[in-house]
Amino acid sequence: MTSDLATSAARVDEGGAGRPGRAGRAAAWRAALRWESGLVLLLVAVILFGAAESSTFLTGTTFFYLGTDIGYIAIMALPMTLIVMTGEIDLSVASMLGLSGAMVGFLWHHGWSIWPALIVALLVGAVGGALNGVLVAKAGLPSIAVTIGTLTLFRGMAEVLLGSLTVPAVGDPQFPGSLTQIGAVPVGGTQLSYSLLFFIVLAVVFGVVLHATPLGRSLHAIGLQPEAARFVGVRVNRIKIVLYIVSGVLCAFAGILLTLQNASVSYNAGNGLELTVVAIVLFGGVSIFGGRGTVPGVVLAVAIVGALQMALTQMNVDPNVQNIVTGVLLLLSVVVPNGGEIVRRARTRLRRRSAGG
Amino acid sequence: MTAQTELGGRGLLGGSAAGRLSTLLRAREAGIALLIVVVVAVTAVNNHDFLSASSVQQLLTGAALIALLGVGETLVLVTRNVDLSVGSVLGLSAYVVGDLFKNDHIPVLLGFVIAILIGTAAGALNGFIVTVLRVPSLVITLAMLYVIRGVDSLLVNGKTVDPSAIPSAFTEVGYRTVLGVPWLAIIVVVVVAVAGYAMRSFRSSRELYAIGSNPDAANLAGVPIGRRVFTSFVISGSLAGLAGALFLALHAQVDNSAGLGYELTVVAAVVVGGVAIFGGSGTVVGAALGALLLNTINQALVASRISAFYNEAIAGALLLAAIGVDRWLSLRVTRSLTSAQGAHRDV
Amino acid sequence: MPETDNPAPGAGPAPHAGAGAEPEPRLVLEGAAKRFGAVHALDDGSITLYPGEAHALLGENGAGKSTLVKILGGVYLADEGTLTIDGREVLFGGPAEARDAGVSIIYQEPSLFPDLTVAENIFMSRQPLRGGRRIDRGAMNDETAAIFARLGVELDPRRPARGLSVADQQIVEIAKALSLGAGVLVMDEPTAALTSVEAARLFTVIRTLRSQGAAVLFISHRLEEVFANCQRVTVMRDGRFVRTALIGEVTVDDVIRSMVGRELSALFPKSPTEPGETVLEVESLTSRGVFNDVSFTVRAGEIVALAGLVGAGRTEVARAVFGVDRRTAGTVRIGGEELPNGDPIAAMAAGMALVPEDRRQQGLVMDLSIEQNVALASLARLRRGGLIRRSAESALAGDWTARLQVKYGRLRDAAATLSGGNQQKVVLGKWLARSPRLLIIDEPTRGIDVGTKAEVHRILDGLVAEGMAVLMISSELPEVLAMADRVIVLREGRVTAELGRDEADEDSVMYAATGQLSGAAA
Repeated sequence: MTSDLATSAARVDEGGAGRPGRAGRAAAWRAALRWESGLVLLLVAVILFGAAESSTFLTGTTFFYLGTDIGYIAIMALPMTLIVMTGEIDLSVASMLGLSGAMVGFLWHHGWSIWPALIVALLVGAVGGALNGVLVAKAGLPSIAVTIGTLTLFRGMAEVLLGSLTVPAVGDPQFPGSLTQIGAVPVGGTQLSYSLLFFIVLAVVFGVVLHATPLGRSLHAIGLQPEAARFVGVRVNRIKIVLYIVSGVLCAFAGILLTLQNASVSYNAGNGLELTVVAIVLFGGVSIFGGRGTVPGVVLAVAIVGALQMALTQMNVDPNVQNIVTGVLLLLSVVVPNGGEIVRRARTRLRRRSAGG
Repeated sequence: MTAQTELGGRGLLGGSAAGRLSTLLRAREAGIALLIVVVVAVTAVNNHDFLSASSVQQLLTGAALIALLGVGETLVLVTRNVDLSVGSVLGLSAYVVGDLFKNDHIPVLLGFVIAILIGTAAGALNGFIVTVLRVPSLVITLAMLYVIRGVDSLLVNGKTVDPSAIPSAFTEVGYRTVLGVPWLAIIVVVVVAVAGYAMRSFRSSRELYAIGSNPDAANLAGVPIGRRVFTSFVISGSLAGLAGALFLALHAQVDNSAGLGYELTVVAAVVVGGVAIFGGSGTVVGAALGALLLNTINQALVASRISAFYNEAIAGALLLAAIGVDRWLSLRVTRSLTSAQGAHRDV
Repeated sequence: MPETDNPAPGAGPAPHAGAGAEPEPRLVLEGAAKRFGAVHALDDGSITLYPGEAHALLGENGAGKSTLVKILGGVYLADEGTLTIDGREVLFGGPAEARDAGVSIIYQEPSLFPDLTVAENIFMSRQPLRGGRRIDRGAMNDETAAIFARLGVELDPRRPARGLSVADQQIVEIAKALSLGAGVLVMDEPTAALTSVEAARLFTVIRTLRSQGAAVLFISHRLEEVFANCQRVTVMRDGRFVRTALIGEVTVDDVIRSMVGRELSALFPKSPTEPGETVLEVESLTSRGVFNDVSFTVRAGEIVALAGLVGAGRTEVARAVFGVDRRTAGTVRIGGEELPNGDPIAAMAAGMALVPEDRRQQGLVMDLSIEQNVALASLARLRRGGLIRRSAESALAGDWTARLQVKYGRLRDAAATLSGGNQQKVVLGKWLARSPRLLIIDEPTRGIDVGTKAEVHRILDGLVAEGMAVLMISSELPEVLAMADRVIVLREGRVTAELGRDEADEDSVMYAATGQLSGAAA
């Protein structure tokens, strides 16, 4: 049987039926709705599960710590969503988070005051993002290779900046308490952590951009049919560069949040989180091939992953074992939507076999 | 001009351009080898110990595991797929075998067999999901990275396997040398040599390149794409399993962090070694040299008393340079091949 | 009479009629049908091939020829119909099975492995072996060189396929088919990218193969080639078998009538118009290695056609004019204003629109809805406070789909659900919604059923009557001759003729496009 094309080949499958859900945007939209309703159900299930297993699960404190644990990761997932929508990827996000934190720590250690240090860190994010964007869009290099390169490079620069130092080191002043309190105190009058608040605001902005503006429509078009996008005057390269810069800046911002939450920083902050971010985005229903996905889906994915982690932690499950859950969720997110396709192919094969025999 | 010379002229020009191309391709591996020599030489000038037997042995053993994983990764990448689960597979097989030594006192050879089988099973699962369920390999192997690491942690559950539990005949593989060459390096060199030869010499391995180079055309040529891609994942998994055993032999102890984060290091080494991330080209030997180069730089920094903190930054810059140079070369080669004809067509 | 009904569909008169016992047909396809969702790619594909014959398959674009070829090649499994080879009914489960049954196909689009050597491209999965099942590279390269020698070309078997010209890629494809020594050889427009010398050599090879008993199915738009080299001809129209006839018993006009299904003059409604001021001025436009020193103008109220063979650089000129590709030299002016290089947005702002040749990749975003596609080029106008007004979007799409009589289910359905003709109308609607001054339309009716074709022509006619300037690219000569006020002919990237409506006929255009007199009409 030679018609088994590998996944890589699935895009060029015969009859243009390659990508699952080729039947069209409307169908894809319905599928997305189904996917998101599925996520809502799953979220409810996770919350019920958490409440049943842990008496402290449904408390404000839990919600606050959920926010500090997942907020900075979730912020990185937003630009990642847009980048994956265009058919690219950014694996350097967690390293940029680390580099930004290291930059703040380095400058602090050298006696800078906090605000200039934070601004420099954001600038570093912009420059790093621009580097990714130019290499991908202008030089035409594969984004997965480029961002594995910058993943190593940015983390390496963080190492160069801080070495084995944890800042504030002995002799350094502590970071200003007015800022580091975001790790311990919720937004006034609520149980909402600051990093979650930032995420929510940003998610609204990203949702509006992706789903209601010409730019968002262009992002869909770039991911689905880059040639067609170019033919209606979409500046594909420029948009990609801007997305990578936005990604760099927001990851730097996430790095700042993490640094302040922890009130300290070392070079390896957030090591390995890039794959978690990718996993959340894909679990949220964004297609790795680009062109499909919604911000609400990603927000739900963030909520599920965050709540589940919280529940498992309260049940004293080893964080490493929690990996299984992340992995299984990710598996589900690709296998379930492909289910229909698999059945369809099996049926074709049966038909051929019976026709042949 | 007659038609005959017209066509003949094109052939000739095309031929010399092709000659340049193959020179460039050979130059790729030679270039990395040269770079390794340069790094070693420069370092050795400042630190004579760098060429001592033990230092060279360290160069080789340090690169061995990544090179071994790189062989499997090359097979997968060449088909336009990727295997991100290799680090987790290594960790799982290392711990399971260690645990069997500790609790069941299994024979040394069986330890290797089980390690490889664990990898084979993981690779088969990856390959099945990629080819039958047609899930993008990036996603599925990312998921498997988490699942396998989680299973590993579940098994480890805070325990460790320490050197006393492991038979010395097993750990000898990690430190014994033959004529000054570590066993570990010999095993990897043999694997690289066999795989390198096979990738040139058999129909099925050439089909891997065909799949990655143009999946549509491969289908038209009757290449059994599913079967070949499946096999490449199985081999990648098996080698990751073997790497787990060698990890255990080398370190003589293991917890749930073995092989953590190796996946991106392996991809980086392989890409530095000239394997195209979107399939179709690259060699196993190049991949192994890429791993050796990265490790050599690593060791050279240590030996030069430059802070090891520069290591990662340099590796990243090198990777970016490598893909940049690749792109530049391939553009130039394409241009020279086409212009050789284009110029002629205008005549 | 060629018009008589044939006893069996697709059988037709045998090529050896009167030469004693009739040989067994090598391949018989009967009543093959293939559908993709709502699209009927093929309704009744029937053809019979005898050993030793060169059989032409003719039909307009979209007649179903390529689908039929893919069924023969095992790429598609027909939904209906039977395929018999050497008297045995077969059901190909994939290209490899077709190949093993002795059917070898040269597809229109070369499909090579850019990273592998030419020899390996030819022998993939069938490389000659030596001891230990290892590939014998020496033998492989020698065999490749031998085939190239037969074809009279000198390509290095060891060079990579990357960077080969389209003609050389086609030669590699031909060599691949020859290396199989297949009993049935199918060639889907093999000469489209070849020079006349290369094509002549190909026909010599085909003659040799025929004399060795192979059956050759030959698809070409160059009727003179067909009449010079084939023994029988089968005509298809709208996915259906029309007729099979001996070449000696039909004329070019007969065949064209069968292909289009009606008289030429009745086809297109272009009415006379009075051209106005110059809208587009292209001067010395050059893209190095692609086309050279191309100059022409298009005035308001006229259709100018860019004609030429495939690969002559017509599409590339259009892309450079619109700015999707950068130009190396030359100027493009709209209404006297020079356009910046490589900037489609500026071209659009100046009132230019481009309906590209590849609808699936360039014209539409297939997975977006019909209304989103129609609105895609007008989003700036549909914005309020930075957000797209959904109601305005729907209204725009509703308006244009109604004006162009697009047949669809719901506006929210994906563009992919439409038939080819309706997809083309959506692309047109997308651009007309911007009220352009100049419409560039590349292959306006490719892959469209005959009914919709006439509609598209009527739409173009109406636009020109209202004073729009139209630059049209078409590979269908009848379309060019019927629609164009002026014809610019390109050959190998250069303008070889500019013909007025009165001067342009089949001969003059083909002469300028090929540099030779048209054999068929001579």
